[in-house]
Amino acid sequence: MSRLTDPTAPSEEALREGYFGDFGGSFVPEALSGALAQLADAWRAAQKDGAFAEQLDRLRRDYGGRPTPLYRAERLSEAAGVEVWLKREDLAHTGSHKLNNVVGQALLTQRMGKPRVIAETGAGQHGVATATAAALFGLDCTVYMGAEDVRRQRLNVVRMQLLGAEVVPVDSGTRTLKDAINEAMRDWVSNVDETHYLIGSAMGPHPFPSIVRELQSIISVESTQQFDFQAGGLPDAVVACVGGGSNAIGSFAEWIEVEGVKLIGVEAAGEGVGSGRSAATISEGREAVLHGSRSIVLVDDDGQVLPAHSVSAGLDYPGVGPEHAFLARSGRATYVAATDQEAIEGFRRTCELEGIIPALEPAHAVGWVLAHGRAELGEGARVVLTMSGRGDKDVDEVLEVAGFDVGVAKAFGEGEA
Amino acid sequence: MSERVAAGPTAIQAAFDRAKAEDRAALVIYLTATYPDTATSRACMEAAVDAGADVIEVGIPFSDPMMDGPTIQAANQHVLDAGRSVSEQLAFVADLAHLDVPRLAMTYVTIADTRGYARFADECADAGLAGVILPDLPAPEAGPWLAEADRRGLATVFLASSVSTDERLAAIAQVSSGWVYAAGLLGVTGVRSISGDVTQDLVGRIRAHTDLPVAVGIGVKDRASAAEVARYADGVIVGSAVIRAAGEGDPDGAPARVHALVSELRAGVASR
Ligand SMILES: Cc1ncc(COP(=O)(O)O)c(C=O)c1O
Repeated sequence: MSRLTDPTAPSEEALREGYFGDFGGSFVPEALSGALAQLADAWRAAQKDGAFAEQLDRLRRDYGGRPTPLYRAERLSEAAGVEVWLKREDLAHTGSHKLNNVVGQALLTQRMGKPRVIAETGAGQHGVATATAAALFGLDCTVYMGAEDVRRQRLNVVRMQLLGAEVVPVDSGTRTLKDAINEAMRDWVSNVDETHYLIGSAMGPHPFPSIVRELQSIISVESTQQFDFQAGGLPDAVVACVGGGSNAIGSFAEWIEVEGVKLIGVEAAGEGVGSGRSAATISEGREAVLHGSRSIVLVDDDGQVLPAHSVSAGLDYPGVGPEHAFLARSGRATYVAATDQEAIEGFRRTCELEGIIPALEPAHAVGWVLAHGRAELGEGARVVLTMSGRGDKDVDEVLEVAGFDVGVAKAFGEGEA
Repeated sequence: MSERVAAGPTAIQAAFDRAKAEDRAALVIYLTATYPDTATSRACMEAAVDAGADVIEVGIPFSDPMMDGPTIQAANQHVLDAGRSVSEQLAFVADLAHLDVPRLAMTYVTIADTRGYARFADECADAGLAGVILPDLPAPEAGPWLAEADRRGLATVFLASSVSTDERLAAIAQVSSGWVYAAGLLGVTGVRSISGDVTQDLVGRIRAHTDLPVAVGIGVKDRASAAEVARYADGVIVGSAVIRAAGEGDPDGAPARVHALVSELRAGVASR
């Protein structure tokens, strides 16, 4: 049962503490202390308020299209040598799992009486979800997005603008997600009275990692029931891609206490673990503070944050949410990595074998299962894989990066004598 | 609170006392270590002290400075792009012992935490620093750092904000040493101008909790704003404006530009 409907569950303790073992906390400028306390209070009150759960349920169902299906992907299974069940977050409104978190935080924003939300976005999916909720709730909305990501996720920039959000390209640092978060934090420090920072992943200062986890846990609340009903018994593994870690923690949440189910987070290895051009934070990082919490981060010996690299804008982040650091250190979850190449292979095979164009982020999870699933999990193992988003946004980038010929030139009459 | 009689806090208190005896506010000047280059940076620090700075905050750059606006971000990035490590910056700091004013490191918690609080405290104390400011280390998270800072007699200056509750202000006053840093506005460094009435109110609220000096920074940039703050605060902190003076224009002229600005600011803090 979700903690949302069971306020006696231990989450309040975790919330007050703000730590997952050694990880988490709240390392932010004093100016944000009030807003974080207000948020924690609003969240606690909401969890005890049946009306909040009802509003959230209704929005998720009637507006967001939940529950999303659990689908047995037969042809992909055959190719992988393991039985793959896709949890279809790509079919949710706005095309990814991000709305699960956003509608919950938008309701909290309303309860706190704040008229404005800001957000960071990498792939643009969280930005689109936030802009969507802002339109629905009549909130002002500003989205910070690295200039490099504005370029490679253009479709989502247009969607945000159509939805009435202001998109601010961020030119500092690596011009990707990390820098967008810095800029959003600076905006929040400057406008904290009227603004809620609607963080897009299970990261940041307490209480964000706990709130986002709880809101995303709907993924596994559904998948536990669906798997039991449709497949029977328990899966051998639950697999999800990890950027900041929101779809993964939501996919794991209800399985964490279930013995015998492996939890596997797939990070982005870019050009390979050890290549110096990777975003495999847990595989390669060390304990450090970034964006308000202590977790595992790609930093050098001085603590300077290293640039991450991934073909996927949504995974191109040198940090990870603190609960994943905890799950990794405790051994309850395992974190592996898929390279750009493996992800593109996952992307292509999902298109061709299942008629599903996946986002590049979950294509990493597919890519890992295709390359390593049989060896790591055993022939015929049953795997629940979170298809966290759809890939319309990635089509141009995949053609450019992968350079594979799908006949675009021919269809448009180019390149013919 | 006064059982913590340590070298760092005592030196800082003496600097504030001297200013008070002259019936003025103390002037605290922020400069980024080794910006724009090591020699110019050193000369700028000397110029600031010569022109009347009572305390120097030496910025140790961090790649992702959440509390800083474009000016200090760019200065940080410039130093990092030059490849200067934290050890090199601390060696630079150690070389400022001839400056006859207390010096504090201003950096982010990631830098201290990655080195390990014990080692960072040792290195700061060995470099002759009187204290440390970590703007993203709030009081409730500060215990492990404070143990190390106390062990080495370092002051730790905490920031207070106009949106801090009285309960938070009490906690900040409790853990601060050296002075309490009142943020002059809600926002990052070097962008907006100080919010006068709100800040004056904040200084008053902090004073209800401590006898430590209260200094105001963020949003102070010239003689007029320094003079205004000096009317109600014990100290005035200026950073981005000084960095602009150091960094904009040719490096040879930087010390003279810093000297001119700090002289103006010093006249400001004395004209309350
Ligand atoms: C479809 C999709 N999946 C996954 C992610 C990664 O984020 P997280 O790790 O928070 O789920 C993103 C982020 O942009 C995304 O758009």
